[in-house]
Amino acid sequence: ATAATAAAGSTAGSTAGTGGLLLPLSESEQQRYSELFSRCCPPPEAAAAGGSSSSSSSVGELFRASQLPPDTLHQITEVCGAKRVGYFGPAQFYIALKLIAAAQSGFPVRIESIKNELPLPRFMVLKNDSEVRYGTPAELHGVKFQVPHATLEKKSYKRTDEGDKQEPKSPPMSPICSPPASPSTYQRIPLSYGYGKSRSGLEQQHGAPYEVRHSTHQQDGPSSGNYGAKPAVACSTLNQSLSAEREQQDSSAHYSDDPWRITEEQRDYYINQFRSLQPDLNSFISGSSVAKNFFTKSKLPIPELSHIWELSDVDCDGALTLPEFCAAFHLVVARKNGYQLPEALPETLLPEYLQAASLKPMRGCALFESYSESLPGGQQTRDFSRTEKASAEEVPDNPALLQDAKKDEKQALKVNTALKMIPKEFQHLTVKTAAQESNALRARPRSRSYSSTSIEDAMKKGEEPPTPPPRPQKSHSRASSLDLNKIFQQSTQ
Amino acid sequence: IPVSVICFPQQNYPLYIRSIPTENELKFHYTVHTSLDVVDEKISAMGKALVDQRELYLGLLYPTEDYKVYGYVTNSKVKFVMVVDSSNTALRDNEIRSMFRKLHNSYTDIMCNPFYNPGDRIHSRAFDNMVNSMMMQVC
Repeated sequence: ATAATAAAGSTAGSTAGTGGLLLPLSESEQQRYSELFSRCCPPPEAAAAGGSSSSSSSVGELFRASQLPPDTLHQITEVCGAKRVGYFGPAQFYIALKLIAAAQSGFPVRIESIKNELPLPRFMVLKNDSEVRYGTPAELHGVKFQVPHATLEKKSYKRTDEGDKQEPKSPPMSPICSPPASPSTYQRIPLSYGYGKSRSGLEQQHGAPYEVRHSTHQQDGPSSGNYGAKPAVACSTLNQSLSAEREQQDSSAHYSDDPWRITEEQRDYYINQFRSLQPDLNSFISGSSVAKNFFTKSKLPIPELSHIWELSDVDCDGALTLPEFCAAFHLVVARKNGYQLPEALPETLLPEYLQAASLKPMRGCALFESYSESLPGGQQTRDFSRTEKASAEEVPDNPALLQDAKKDEKQALKVNTALKMIPKEFQHLTVKTAAQESNALRARPRSRSYSSTSIEDAMKKGEEPPTPPPRPQKSHSRASSLDLNKIFQQSTQ
Repeated sequence: IPVSVICFPQQNYPLYIRSIPTENELKFHYTVHTSLDVVDEKISAMGKALVDQRELYLGLLYPTEDYKVYGYVTNSKVKFVMVVDSSNTALRDNEIRSMFRKLHNSYTDIMCNPFYNPGDRIHSRAFDNMVNSMMMQVC
């Protein structure tokens, strides 16, 4: 039992820092809640098969242990939504725990109460095994919280599918699992670990990549399935294999905890997608036809897509440049994985930020060891400077990559799924010469966006260290002498 | 300070309604609707495409309350109607014009969104934020 609970219960590396959209749970709260949930949960194997909702008897016991009067408990059950959905999924359970804490502190049983800082709920009658667990929180530390998050994902899908966006008790999507964009959790995971197998098992089981169908509510969820889903939404057996890796990665995860930060693989994927729609990376995708169809394939509801567009089309020109497209795609991805859309575009998704970041040398070749089949080099910059070699390699590699289901990264999954949807465009990937592309890429973004020259310098600086950038021998599309001067200045530094 | 902002397309159904005091909102709706007649009258009278028109000093129509209704028509016959409280005499003509210009710009931005079908109700958060800031700015 302890092994199972150790696997299922966990704390998240990130706490409530990623935005006020999610119900904030402190570290200790997350720990306690996940412990409690796993205690009330059926064993993980059953959870994987039948959805990890708590059996109501153990939940009832727990609630009674809180020593609140029964009508308060009834109120809590109603407010948290369990009565409405008929069972205690992790979302309801967490809300209920928060409400119990609120009630014990004397606050009324309402959703507003739980938005504040609250002490942990107190349960008087503790079972022996849970006491043992409480006594050894260390063993739970650093283990990712997978199973409840799985159902949280499902809940959010369900809500999305039902168009029920006004759900006041939206699941406490506290970042109890590292967000999908977190690179460290996915990059260094060796490909051979059990996750791939379990995922392919899931695939066979469900007949579609990545759809978490093991939910108690009839989730047709074709939408999320087609467009790729969070890989962590899998059966909990992967927890055990992942826990060790995750612990090491937690320390470096702070940079990548931000779900609105685009990882390298994601960026590459987005860029490839952009290329499939618009071969010239410096031009833009027209909104009315190309982009609209593309994003409609994500099967998100139109109002959400409209909002995503509004957020990402910063210059409001009805077309998406590459950074705008990356931001939009990232928002779609985040939404499909259950994150609520922000009211304003996060800083890490701004076009200036993305452009500045796009050519910085990133965190080393280790990031790409799992992605190296599709990219020749280790670093982001190489993608631009060696595209001529890359393109030739990419085209045969990527189809292989697509069919290869061993990557658990969501990006690869989406490559898998999304490309099934747009196979034609992808196979028409044109091979451009590196010099032209890299020159154009360096010169153009300055003209396209309102980024200042400092960004261009940053881009150039970024390119310099890893590899000598190809000199702009060919005249680039804008034969502006200013560009050449900048480039030569940079190279002499 | 606009008390109410309503936007109509050519077919004269509301695309967007926002009012500050939620009580008596119906009264504003009714007033704005009647003002549409005046708008149409002015459009037909002008003949050419007109950009900005101020209209309907309703100061006397309802002696109990005093408020003014302003109108604005775009080239595509999209009408913006704004109800302002007359007691706020500090509000000058150019301020009204600038508010209409902001509305028009935001409307254009919405049009750029491929997921927006012209004729749909406007649900854009950016538009809402802009209108809110406009309504709050003089408060």
